[in-house]
Amino acid sequence: MARDLTCIICPRGCALHIDGELNVTGNACPRGAAYAKQEVTDPRRTLTSTVKCRGKLFRVCPVKTALPIPKDKVSPAMDEVNAVEILPPVHIGDVVIKNIAGTGIDLVATRDIEE
Amino acid sequence: MMATRDLVIIGGGSAGMAAAISAYDEGVKDIVILERSPYLGGILNQCIHNGFGLQYFKEELTGPEFLTRFVVEVQKRGIEVKLNANVTAISKDKTVTYVSPEGAGVIEAKSIVLATGCYERSAGSIGIPGERPSGVITAGQAQLYLNEYGYLVGKKVFILGSGDIGLIMARRMTLEGAQVLGVAELMPYSNGLNRNIQQCLIDFGIPLYLSHTVTKVIGKGKLEAIEISQVDGSLKPIPGTEKRFDVDTLLLSVGLVPNNDLLDKIGVPISPTRGSKVNEHMETELDGVFSCGNVLHVHDLVDYVVEEGHQAGKSAAAYLQGRLPRHEDVLYTQAGNGVGYVVPACIDLHNADGKVAIKFRVRRPAKEVYVEYRIGETLIKRMYKPAIIPSEMEIVSLDKASLQGEGPLTVSLVAKEVK
Ligand SMILES: Cc1cc2nc3c(=O)[nH]c(=O)nc-3n(C[C@H](O)[C@H](O)[C@H](O)COP(=O)(O)OP(=O)(O)OC[C@H]3O[C@@H](n4cnc5c(N)ncnc54)[C@H](O)[C@@H]3O)c2cc1C
Ligand code: SF4
Repeated sequence: MARDLTCIICPRGCALHIDGELNVTGNACPRGAAYAKQEVTDPRRTLTSTVKCRGKLFRVCPVKTALPIPKDKVSPAMDEVNAVEILPPVHIGDVVIKNIAGTGIDLVATRDIEE
Repeated sequence: MMATRDLVIIGGGSAGMAAAISAYDEGVKDIVILERSPYLGGILNQCIHNGFGLQYFKEELTGPEFLTRFVVEVQKRGIEVKLNANVTAISKDKTVTYVSPEGAGVIEAKSIVLATGCYERSAGSIGIPGERPSGVITAGQAQLYLNEYGYLVGKKVFILGSGDIGLIMARRMTLEGAQVLGVAELMPYSNGLNRNIQQCLIDFGIPLYLSHTVTKVIGKGKLEAIEISQVDGSLKPIPGTEKRFDVDTLLLSVGLVPNNDLLDKIGVPISPTRGSKVNEHMETELDGVFSCGNVLHVHDLVDYVVEEGHQAGKSAAAYLQGRLPRHEDVLYTQAGNGVGYVVPACIDLHNADGKVAIKFRVRRPAKEVYVEYRIGETLIKRMYKPAIIPSEMEIVSLDKASLQGEGPLTVSLVAKEVK
């Protein structure tokens, strides 16, 4: 089935068209074509959020999924995000939740919090 | 005795940190960054979403990851940072006054980089009719509460204005369990990036009401409901089109304004951006005082903020080392047809080597247009644009050598001629 999409890979936001044979037009760069194919076959999003943190200055720590996760796993992933609490020190890239929502992808910290 | 410094940087966001790093690398060691909040990084601390640094680092980072890279560079150089230091005044002779928990401080600066970012337009500044209950707050404030303090401001939310911060908050609050009932935009087009319309609204089925505005705020003490109406071509609400939404929160995402008070107060000339007028070295009309980032003009991409910061830092170093003389014969720039503003306000052609980056925004979306750069009547450059929108800053690099003739340099949009 043909679809019109907005590329979300970079701020340029090209208007993409993908046909039933997965031919992509409208992309200003190759990443747009890859995105359109991914979006119609297995749509994914990087989830960013915060988890509770018992820091001196910071009571929350920002986190992200290390890679995009399937779109329909975003909501179950949020349930797990809301259930954890971490203690400093924490560093960028530290795994906060392993294999979040069974996606095989980890949730990692995006801020250094020393104390 | 009063403290003295070669360079005082006001604001430790991405622009200020970039300026400090560049000035240091150019040989200026006597630097202090004054930052009013308890940590460096500025607005990026609350921008926990990803999408930063694609141009600068060639990878996609979240705001905190992006800013941390700069904090590390500042620390590596041992550049002094004063946190919780709120600058209250600058004088024309470059005396900087600040207050901090240790009390008031005064620094006599040889040069200054202003990097104080921007602030959000609030309810008062846009004049929404109706009550003034609690529950009406700016989108950036809500973002700060949620992303830095872990506090969700409401459960049933409506958003006025389709700027990126509002769109990003629509997604963020939805993921946190709030119900976002819609986004109203006064103009017939969104002010946010297409990618944000897609991934923040369409992904979650949140309706975007274009050509709509909030015409009533209902609630005594606490917000209970809002009413939106469609607007006509002259942006006046059309009677009979009212829709009511029961909400506890109205987020405002209706524009950002440079936080240029410190220079405004002492009468340094400002440009249509509401930031100071600068030349291509980011130098204001006050010798040795530079401005960069959102305090100069509101940016959508941090990558350009950082570039401007580096430029300001290098220029401050050149000024301190006597390599930045000011000349009277400058080429002024001017916004022509369809263009809202042009930065820099003037270009020093005394040394006509190299290139100069010209930045501008259009007033409204246009399709199939040429952007023309003219000095007087002479065409310097012309570029075809299939589409151009106000929410994206345009940037073009011109050879200084090509900029000859009687000014000003005018940037304007010209419709593509129909064959
Ligand atoms: C909410 C929001 C979302 C954004 N999202 C994106 C995005 O997704 N992608 C992207 O590339 N760009 C985004 N941007 C744009 C870009 O990130 C910012 O424009 C950039 O970070 C601004 O940097 P700055 O240093 O100019 O200002 P800021 O980061 O605002 O820094 C200004 C600093 O000055 C300090 N300060 C202010 N006044 C004083 C004073 N009187 N004394 C001492 N200190 C003071 C402040 O505390 C602050 O730390 C966003 C901008 C905003 C506002
Ligand atoms: S196609 Fe390429 S240029 Fe266009 S939005 Fe996607 S990533 Fe950006």
